[in-house]
Amino acid sequence: MVYPLIDVFIYSFEEGYNSASQTSFGTGLYNYSYVLHDPYFLQALKNTLILVAITVPVSTVLSLLISLGLNKITKLKELFQTVYFLPYVTNTLAVGLVFMILFKKTAYTDGMINLLITAFGGKSVDFIEGPYWAKMMVLCIYTIWIVMPFKVLVLTSSLASVNPIYYSAARVDGTSNTRIFFRITLPMISPMIFYLVITGFIGAFKAYSDAVALFGTNLNVAEMNTIVGYVYDMLYGDSGGYPSYASAAAIILFSIVLTITVINLLVRNKSKR
Amino acid sequence: MKVVLKNLTKRFPSRDKKHPEDVIAVNDFDFTIPDGKLIGLLGPSGCGKSTTLNLISGLEKPTSGQIFFGEDDVTKLPPENRGIGLVFQNYALYPHLTVRQNILFPLQNLKGDAKMSKQQMETAALNVAKLVQIDGLMQRKPSELSGGQQQRVAIARALVKMPKVLLLDEPLSNLDARLRLQTREEIRRIQKETGITTIFVTHDQEEAMSICDLIVVMKDGVVNQIGAPQEVYDSPENLFVAKFLGTPPINVFEGRVKNGRVYIGEEDVLSAEGLTDGDVYVTVRPEGFKAESDGVLSLDLERIEVMGRDVSVIAHHTKSLNADIRAIISSDISLDTGLSKVRFNLNPKKVFIFDKTTEKRLK
Repeated sequence: MVYPLIDVFIYSFEEGYNSASQTSFGTGLYNYSYVLHDPYFLQALKNTLILVAITVPVSTVLSLLISLGLNKITKLKELFQTVYFLPYVTNTLAVGLVFMILFKKTAYTDGMINLLITAFGGKSVDFIEGPYWAKMMVLCIYTIWIVMPFKVLVLTSSLASVNPIYYSAARVDGTSNTRIFFRITLPMISPMIFYLVITGFIGAFKAYSDAVALFGTNLNVAEMNTIVGYVYDMLYGDSGGYPSYASAAAIILFSIVLTITVINLLVRNKSKR
Repeated sequence: MKVVLKNLTKRFPSRDKKHPEDVIAVNDFDFTIPDGKLIGLLGPSGCGKSTTLNLISGLEKPTSGQIFFGEDDVTKLPPENRGIGLVFQNYALYPHLTVRQNILFPLQNLKGDAKMSKQQMETAALNVAKLVQIDGLMQRKPSELSGGQQQRVAIARALVKMPKVLLLDEPLSNLDARLRLQTREEIRRIQKETGITTIFVTHDQEEAMSICDLIVVMKDGVVNQIGAPQEVYDSPENLFVAKFLGTPPINVFEGRVKNGRVYIGEEDVLSAEGLTDGDVYVTVRPEGFKAESDGVLSLDLERIEVMGRDVSVIAHHTKSLNADIRAIISSDISLDTGLSKVRFNLNPKKVFIFDKTTEKRLK
């Protein structure tokens, strides 16, 4: 379990490590310095941070709203639950293809979304090969769409497990619906929300395949690389063959994720008091 | 505030396909709960007592009939506008809030004119906490409290808004035996001190008998008898009420009325003046037996249980419907345990006679 972690840690300090000859020039912080000055890495870091900052809160809040809705309806509840769970069991790349069709501009068609935009009088945008913000938006929507089913599933079941007696008690006391939600429902399912936020952060930091599904493997050119994508490229990509740089980048990612998780746990413990 | 139930009926649609007719949980209730009294709704499980409480609280809507608080028709009012306090069976304390926050919760919901300042809320919460004697536990979470303490917090939360009617659903069922005794006295004291009309639901007749001003005995959604506990105990109107009240339970014999006399088996046990001849149930309270050598009723002695203050005689009779007949007699009387038969005279005040078919009281 731990050995590969330690190995990566050691590689990240060995300058110019060559995995074929298993030799290096020396040890030091040069790898980190290189990675942190590499514009591709900085781009990947920026992309990842934006992705995390947008998708985690949006997907959690959206899932909560959907779960509340699912909990309220009685008719066709199972059907809706299945529909919301479908993306979870669908292959990432297949979904990416569908998103391409929705968003991509080709010589023959503008893509479905663009047709809609122009129908409402807007200007069509190339979401796949166009401006940065458009590509980032597609990536965010795609990621949210992929991660939501699991969250909806977890939240629906935790909402259902809240004892209805609390709602009766609150009703007798004339509690407004908003107050019931914020003072009773939310605190009662907060452990699950914390769990989802933490795993959501970790998952979003490790995102890679989603970007590949939408923008192909040459992510650096598309300006859509993520940190994990950068690590992969450093190992096997066109510019690959640099395990030391890859290790350094991986360790940087690891420390970011660790910090965020620790902060999350601290916040959670504090709010428990 | 008196509570009037008028032809109150609640039907639930049947979920059982074999019996598609509706379940009538509450059937045509028509009685008045006087102001400032402690009332017990008493009956076996499934008799509709909790449904009645939910109808009064407004959590359930009646199928037909009306509910009045004083002179006001509250039938269509939602629970929050009825001015009730409700204590749930499992207390329903919000686990993530402290005792203080739990008690403050209903006050913070108040709107408009009723709105209180922070200071007023704190004072009200502290006063009610003092009333139920939990003012030392205000910063605790419900999970850090014992069952009895949680119960008090639940009562405090229900009382803090000074409701017109306090409703308690099986308030003692989650407590152990000793705590139950203590808490029921506590409920009585709190009710006396506040003077709030209090209705509580229980299946434990002893609980209801010990603290209520008035008990309502229910069975299968029908009110069987309403009255002061002693009155109901001393003159049950039907066999069910007689059997439901009292520990140990009443002894039931199959009997017969013939020529103005009551017979159990071949033995002439009692005069039956004014009764027409026919089959009856003869019921005798355990304390209605007098062990005397010239007794009119002879029973097969099984064993004797000494309980200090008094003695239980366990016996059998071919006409008895109870597995064991239990007679309680004073421990002063010495009984020869070697005998196979014991003879008893019956105290006529402790003997009730019911019609065999209608199960209504004859005498």
